[in-house]
Amino acid sequence: MNSSATEKVSLQPSGLKARQQRIEVVIKFALAIIAASGVLITTGVVLALVRPTIDFFQLVGFNEFFMSTDWFPLYEPPDYGVWPLVIGTFTVMLIAVIIAVPGGLAVAFFLSEYASPKVKRFLKPLLEILAGVPTVVFGFFALNFIAPNVAKKIWVFSDVGFYSALAAGITVGLMILPMMTTLAEDAMAAVPRALVDGAYALGATKREACTGVILQAGLSGIIAAGVIAMSRAIGETTIVLLAAGNTANFSFDPGVPMQTMSSFIGFAGLGDQPTGSTGYMTIFAVGSMLFVITFGLNIFSRRIVTRFREVYE
Amino acid sequence: MSSTVATNTSRFAADLRDSTSPSRKLRDKLFLTGLWVATLIGVLTLFFLVLSTLLKGYTRLNLSLITNFPSPFPEDAGIQAAIFGSIWVVVTSGVVSLFIALGSAIYLEEFASQSSRFNRLISINIQTLAGVPSIVFGILGLAFVARGWLGWGFTVGTASAVLTMMVLPVMIVSAREALKAVPSSLREGSYALGATKWQAISKQVLPAAIPGIATGSILGVSRALGESAPLILLGALAYVSSNPSGLSSDYTVLPLVIMKYTQEAQDEFRAVGAAAIIVLLLLLVSLNLLAIVIRDRSRKSW
Amino acid sequence: MVENMNKVMDAGVSSAAPTSDTVRGVSLRTDNAQAGSAGLPAQEMIMESRDLQVHYGDYLAVRNVNLQIHRNEITALIGPSGCGKSTIIRCFNRMNDLIPSAKVGGTVLYRGIDLYGPEANAGEVRRRIGMVFQKPNPFPKSIYDNVAFGPRVNGKPSKSETDELVETSLKRAALWEEVKDRLKQPAFSLSGGQQQRLCIARALAVDPDVLLMDEPCSALDPIATGRIEDLMHEIKGQYPIVIVTHNMQQAARVSDRTAFFNTEVDADATRPTGVLVEYDATRKIFSTPSDPRTEQYITGRMG
Repeated sequence: MNSSATEKVSLQPSGLKARQQRIEVVIKFALAIIAASGVLITTGVVLALVRPTIDFFQLVGFNEFFMSTDWFPLYEPPDYGVWPLVIGTFTVMLIAVIIAVPGGLAVAFFLSEYASPKVKRFLKPLLEILAGVPTVVFGFFALNFIAPNVAKKIWVFSDVGFYSALAAGITVGLMILPMMTTLAEDAMAAVPRALVDGAYALGATKREACTGVILQAGLSGIIAAGVIAMSRAIGETTIVLLAAGNTANFSFDPGVPMQTMSSFIGFAGLGDQPTGSTGYMTIFAVGSMLFVITFGLNIFSRRIVTRFREVYE
Repeated sequence: MSSTVATNTSRFAADLRDSTSPSRKLRDKLFLTGLWVATLIGVLTLFFLVLSTLLKGYTRLNLSLITNFPSPFPEDAGIQAAIFGSIWVVVTSGVVSLFIALGSAIYLEEFASQSSRFNRLISINIQTLAGVPSIVFGILGLAFVARGWLGWGFTVGTASAVLTMMVLPVMIVSAREALKAVPSSLREGSYALGATKWQAISKQVLPAAIPGIATGSILGVSRALGESAPLILLGALAYVSSNPSGLSSDYTVLPLVIMKYTQEAQDEFRAVGAAAIIVLLLLLVSLNLLAIVIRDRSRKSW
Repeated sequence: MVENMNKVMDAGVSSAAPTSDTVRGVSLRTDNAQAGSAGLPAQEMIMESRDLQVHYGDYLAVRNVNLQIHRNEITALIGPSGCGKSTIIRCFNRMNDLIPSAKVGGTVLYRGIDLYGPEANAGEVRRRIGMVFQKPNPFPKSIYDNVAFGPRVNGKPSKSETDELVETSLKRAALWEEVKDRLKQPAFSLSGGQQQRLCIARALAVDPDVLLMDEPCSALDPIATGRIEDLMHEIKGQYPIVIVTHNMQQAARVSDRTAFFNTEVDADATRPTGVLVEYDATRKIFSTPSDPRTEQYITGRMG
C-alpha cells in the first residue's frame, strides 16, 4: 500500500518530453547557423574584393591608378587612371542628388503638413509604385524620354549628345526621389506633434512650421536620408549603363557621355574577361573602391543618426 | 481677489484680420509652389514613364511576344526564354532565401536574447548588406559562384545564389517584423499548456505569422524579378534561345533582354524591348496586388 | 457722495454701467448677469463661446459649451478625463483646425468677432490667443531663439528689438534671472519647470491678448507647479488665462471662475459625450455648487 515512500518526485521531463527538448537544442543550433549566414555573406563580399584588388595594385601600381587621367583598361595598350570614373560618378551623383534631395524633402513636407487626406491617398501609392519600378525600365525611360525631351532642352550651357551624364543623372534622381521622400517623411514623423503644434500656436504659417521647426527638429534623420540617397546614386549601374554612354571621358561637362565606377564594372562584365586577366582584376579594383565609398557613406549616415539624433522622450 | 474696476484697457482692436506682411505671404506662396512642383514631377515621371513605354511597345503586344524565342527578325523575336528564365531564377532564389530568412528570423526573434552580441552583429550585417550596391553582389557572384570556389559558370544556379544573397536582408527584416507582430499572448498560452519553445513556434506563432511572411516574400521576389545589375556580370545577357531545364542551364532574364533590346539600333527591336517592359511591369503589378490581397485578408481575421 | 463711492468700492461691484460696445452688431456684455459670477467684480468679456461643440468624424466629443472669458481673471476648466476640456480649449485658438477629422460647431467670439468666420485669420487668431501645452515643448533651439521664434515669424524685428522682447518675455515668465547668462544654450538643457516657463515666455513674446493653458503643470513636480501658479497670479492682470486642469485643488487655488465638465451618454451615441455642467465663480463651485454632479465630483475627490 505504501509505495509512495520509494517513489522519487521529479520535475524533470521523461520519455517523449525529454526527446522533444533535445530536438529543440538541435533546432536552436541549426537556426543559429542559418542566422550566421548573413554574416558570412558580408565577409564574403569583403573577401571577394580584397585578393584581386591586391593583385591588381601589385600589377598596376597606385601611381597610375590615382594619378593618370586616362581610363582605357580594356584597350591595348591599357591605361589605368581612375579619375574619369570618379568624375563621372561624381557628376551623375551630383545631378541625381540635386533633383532627389530637395525634391524628396519638398514632397515629404507636402505630405506631412499640406496634403489633404484625399490627396495623400492618391499620392502615397503612386510613390510606392514609382519606387518599385525596376532600374532597367528607368534606363529605357532615360534613353527614350529624358534624353531627347528633358536633358537636351534643359541644358543650355553646352550641347547634349545622345548619351550624356545629364540624362543618366536626371533619371537616377527621379528614380531615387520616392525613396528620399519616404525616408524624409519618416524623419519628419519622428518629430513630436507637440513641437509642431507649439509652432502653430505661436501664429506660424505652415511654411514657417516646416522650415523653422520640423526641418531643424528632424535634421539628423533628413541628413541621413540624403546620405543614403547619395550612396544609392553612386551605386546605380543599369540606368547609367544604358543612358550615359560608355566612354570614360575626363570631363566636367554633363552633356557628354561618361562612365561611372558602377557602369564600368557592368560594361567590363558584359564582355567576357578571362579570369586572372588585368581586365578581370580592374573589375575588382573598381569594385573595391565602390564598396569602400558606399560602405563609408552608410556608416557615416548611421553615425549622424546616432550621434545627433534629437532625443524626444 | 482685488476689486479691480473694469476699464477697457485693451491694447488690441477687435480685429482678427491677417496682418502679415506681403513678403511673408509671398514666401508662403513660393514655398507651396515649390512643393507642388516637386510633387508634380513625381507624378509626371510615372505618367510619362508608362506612356512612353506603351507608345513604344504596343505594336509588339501580341501572343508571339511571349511564345517566341529570340530571332534576328524583330517581328519574330519573342521573350519566352527570358520569361521562363526569370521564373526559374526568381522562384529558386525566393525559396532558398525564404528558408534562410525564416530560420534566421526565428532564431533572432524567438531564441536569441534581444541584446546579445550575436543578435546585434547580425542586425548590423543586415543593415550593411542592404546598403551595398547591387553590382557588387555581381562581383561577389563572379568571384565565388560563377568562377572560383563553386565554379558553377553562368547558370540558373549562379543567378539564384546571387539573388538570394541580395534579397536576404529584406526577407529577414520582414520575417522578423511578421514574428514580432504576433502577440506574445499566443506564445504564453502555449507555454502555459506545457509546450516546448519549438512546439509553440511551429504550432502557434508561425501559422499566425504566415500572412506577414508571405507578403514579405512576395516583396523580396518582386525585387529579384526586377534586378539587372548583378546579372550583367553573370552571363545573363548572352543570346539564349531556349528555356532553362535545370539549375545548370544557360539562362536569361526579363530585365536583361529589356536591356539588350533597348540598346539595339533598329527601332523595331526597341519596340520589343518596350513590350517586354510591359510584360515585366504587369508581372510586378500582379505580384504586388497579391501581396495586398493577402495583407487585407489577414487583417480581417485578426 | 464719498461714502456712497466707498460703499460701492467695498462691495467690489463695478460702478460702470453696462456698456454696449456694438462691434459688428454683437453686444459685448460687461455686466455680470449672464455668468452668475457671485461676488466677482465685473470685468470686460474678451471671449465667449455659444453652443460650442466638436465632432471627430461622426463622434460628438463635446457639446453645449457656453463660456465667457473675462479680463483680469483666470478661468479653470475641470472635470474627469475624456470630457472634452482639452478639445474645447483648442477651439479657442483654432488649433483643432489642424486635425482633419475635427468639426467645430457653434460660435466662438473674440471681442465680438467670430473666430471661425471669414473675418478671422487663423495665424492672427493664434497670435492673439496664445497657448501653453501639457508637456513643455520647447523647440530644439537655443533659449533665445525659442522666445524669439514667435516675434521673428510674425514680423521682422531688429536685433535690438528682439533682444528686448526676449528679455521682457523671460522676465514676465519669471525665468530671466535663471537664464540670462546662458541664452544661447539649448532649451533642452533646462529643467522641466524651467522649460515650461520658457514656453510661457515664448507665448508671451508675441504679445497675446489671452493665454490658454492646457494642463500646464501636469508634467511638473510640486515646486515647479507652485512657481507656475504664482506666475499665473502675477500675469493675469495683463493676460486673462484659461486653464485646463485635472487638479481640483489647483483650480480652487488659482482660478476666479471654474467650469465643470462631465460626460453623458446620449441616446443615439455609442461613446460618451462631454458636456459643460456648471460654470460659475470658483468660490461658489467649490462651496455651494448648483448641480449635484458638480458636488459629486468635488466631494468625491476631496472627501
